[in-house]
Amino acid sequence: MTTLAARTEDLLGPPESEHGPSGLLKWLTSTDHKVIGKSYTITAFIFFLIAGAMAIVIRTQLAAPDNNIVSQHVYNELFTMHGSVMLYLFAGPFAFGGLANFIVPLQIGAPDMAFPRLNALSYWLYLSGGTIMLLGFLTTSGAADFGWVAYAPLSNSINTPGAGPNMWIVALVLTGFSAIFTGVNLCATIFYLRAPGLTMFRMPIFTWNMLVTGILILIAFPVLTAALVMLWCDRNIGTHIFSVAGGGVPVLWQNLFWFFGHPEVYILALPYFGVVTDVLAVFSRKPVFGYKGMIFATISIAALSTSVWAHHMFTTGTVLLPFFSIMSYLIAVPTGIKFFNWIGTMWRGSITFNTPMLFAVGFLVVFLFGGVTGIFLASPPVDFAMHDTYFVVAHFHEVLFGTVVFGGFSGLTYWYPKYTGRMLNDTLGKISFWLMFVGFWVTFMPQYLLGEEGMPRRIAEYLPHNNWTILNRISTVGAYMLFLSVFVMCVNFLEAWRRPVPAGDNPWDAHTLEWATSSPPPHHNFYWIPPIRSERPVWDHNHPDHTTLYEHRPRPGGRDLVGAQAGRSAASDPRSGFGGTAAHTGAEAESPGDDGESGGWE
Amino acid sequence: MFPGPWLISEPVSRKSPQFQVPARPAAPTGLRRRGRRSRVGAGLAVLVTGLVLAGCNSPTFGASHGTDVQGQDIAKLYSGMFITGLIVAVIVWALIGWCVFAYRRKGRSIIPKQFQEHIPLEITYTVIPLVIVIVIFVFTVITENEVDAVTSHPAVTVDVTAYQWGWIFHYENSKGVTLQTQGAVRALPAKRGYTASVYPQLVIPEHQPTKIVLRSDDVVHEFYVHAFNFGRFAQPGVRNVFEFTPTKTGVYPGQCTEYCGLYHSEMLFSVRVVTPTQYHHWLSYQEHHLNQIPKHYPLTQL
Repeated sequence: MTTLAARTEDLLGPPESEHGPSGLLKWLTSTDHKVIGKSYTITAFIFFLIAGAMAIVIRTQLAAPDNNIVSQHVYNELFTMHGSVMLYLFAGPFAFGGLANFIVPLQIGAPDMAFPRLNALSYWLYLSGGTIMLLGFLTTSGAADFGWVAYAPLSNSINTPGAGPNMWIVALVLTGFSAIFTGVNLCATIFYLRAPGLTMFRMPIFTWNMLVTGILILIAFPVLTAALVMLWCDRNIGTHIFSVAGGGVPVLWQNLFWFFGHPEVYILALPYFGVVTDVLAVFSRKPVFGYKGMIFATISIAALSTSVWAHHMFTTGTVLLPFFSIMSYLIAVPTGIKFFNWIGTMWRGSITFNTPMLFAVGFLVVFLFGGVTGIFLASPPVDFAMHDTYFVVAHFHEVLFGTVVFGGFSGLTYWYPKYTGRMLNDTLGKISFWLMFVGFWVTFMPQYLLGEEGMPRRIAEYLPHNNWTILNRISTVGAYMLFLSVFVMCVNFLEAWRRPVPAGDNPWDAHTLEWATSSPPPHHNFYWIPPIRSERPVWDHNHPDHTTLYEHRPRPGGRDLVGAQAGRSAASDPRSGFGGTAAHTGAEAESPGDDGESGGWE
Repeated sequence: MFPGPWLISEPVSRKSPQFQVPARPAAPTGLRRRGRRSRVGAGLAVLVTGLVLAGCNSPTFGASHGTDVQGQDIAKLYSGMFITGLIVAVIVWALIGWCVFAYRRKGRSIIPKQFQEHIPLEITYTVIPLVIVIVIFVFTVITENEVDAVTSHPAVTVDVTAYQWGWIFHYENSKGVTLQTQGAVRALPAKRGYTASVYPQLVIPEHQPTKIVLRSDDVVHEFYVHAFNFGRFAQPGVRNVFEFTPTKTGVYPGQCTEYCGLYHSEMLFSVRVVTPTQYHHWLSYQEHHLNQIPKHYPLTQL
């Protein structure tokens, strides 16, 4: 196997341009999943920086009682847009648009996504939607300021007039369609474009989680889009779906929104669970512990997530409390399974703590606490006491920041060599991690205490004699540490861009197919693919004496048997020869080291 | 942990038979037969320790102990869940910590044993969380029914209406006693507070159930009294009914906690719990001084 970018000059030189245009035109017109995946990643990261800057302003405002850094109106816009940008434009698209777009076809040995043009459409809808949402700040009435949940009737045209909220709605419809198209694309790709031999139960956990995420997108996002259309009609053409005066039902919005909103939480979380699972296994040099249990846990989380939406509505007095309570509690069971499987994956491993692994372990530690406090909130009486206080704010930031940012940074630093062919600086990565890990606790633990003392969320100011000042100040200091951590990470990206260090094909000694091709991968991804006989084809190929394939049987053989086994499994697979035909023209020439084995392709 | 000036620092009464008793039959005898006795036993020990500790002295880890009957029930449930959750979290953190420190690569690179599954273990750590959440669910339902119960003849019934950005407290069965947020909330600069005359004060008697009938005129608000550990949405088109039975006289801050627009953070009120005698004095005073502003009862005269 050759390394395309083995030398620094290769990385700095012009891109290989045997296929189509290069430069800016390539980025604008490409339907290559790798180009679109990179565009998604960069765009989502920019949105992350924008929303993070808003969070810094919010925390600065709250650092002192009766503060006037920003007016109440601007504050309301800021927390609305912080939540909206983070959730709709960063957390989801970064995972299913960025990481999944780039990685899933590589992990399943496919040349591209199933619908490349739809994929490009997804990106452009997403970019235009995100831009429209932020342009709301330029309207005379300002951006949307009804919270990222847009509860009716606060979100109607009487209580929140102006163009900014309308732009918010339209933006979400656009990004919603973008997400739906990506969901369709992911499901089709994973179902139909897997390499020969790659059965469902040989897929990497990340791909599995993206499949489940894709299905959840198809369940959740159409509901949101429909609800948004209703809201838009209420605001602009005089319908009364959510207004009492016209015979409508305001609480319907909450039901529709959270029917989207809770699966959305898992749309945001599951991809990063997948990232962390892969990273833990690779850096422990072991297979995923409880592989099938992990998959069933993911599926049960997804199934349960569609019947827990009303735990966001316990205090409305309009929902059946015990049902939604027990369903919410039950999610703790598959999540617990995942935790113990993650621990089992590390158990008796040989663990190295590179930056991706640090972020993955950091995710375990912080997400655990967010999960435990989530169980408290699934209890309606406790929710009566804590709902809409900073306890909830701390809980969901711990869960979402824990998964999306720790998990996301883990994935980004893990796959960065595959994205670019360059290594990131491990020291800078570690500095970034420790700043983030400490900053995280300093930011969010005081918020739990504030919530327990009854500080409501979404207040622009509080009274000096509430005794909330000192905790708020600590939390603000933590937020600055998080900002610094992200800044260090950006410096790291900049360093890798200015002074590249070639990564090679498989710098982490990783397990899955994306590491079988070069870094970055060539057009249509693969010249050669190893035989696939487990969920770790690259590991099996590189360490034939340490596979899990023959553990319970006598082992007569060396590589002859391995090759024969591969040939047989490929021949018996009904999908043999299907999918990705464009990728393996000339495969024979590029497959040294395997004694002419065709790797199950033919 | 960081008590505000209105929080009552004196510990509350902690008899909660209904909280402790069901802990015992929760032991799943069926599981023990399957042989994973020690692990299941450990899980249950965690659970029972948490719940019993909670029943004993209710540490609430910074949250309110509750100054009404319902709030105290919630505090006990919260306390039990917190202790259980903390024990589980510490165990899992310890396992993660063990992995991190014991299995870090030392010296040269070796490939560890490639084990991938252990079905009995996996079943165990599926069943233990299941048992824990089911037991927690039982306590949740018990507490929930107590908190949500409404007596047929409450001592006081108050119609509470929330609007942007204030409150109307109307006392039923009185001669039209109504308290309301006065004027523009922004009128009072820095020195304002929950007891400033611009914010209404809900006066209710001690040891007697007060029924609140909650509505909203415009958008969604939330009626939240931290000392009572309770919040409930005020929504257009929905009539919410609930009860407080205060156990301690004092003044407690309240606030709208559901974001409701521009001056959401200004939507304050307070609750003053007085003895029943004082309450009747106050009510007749109000009835004789209707339409006078401010309607706060002169506190010095109590």
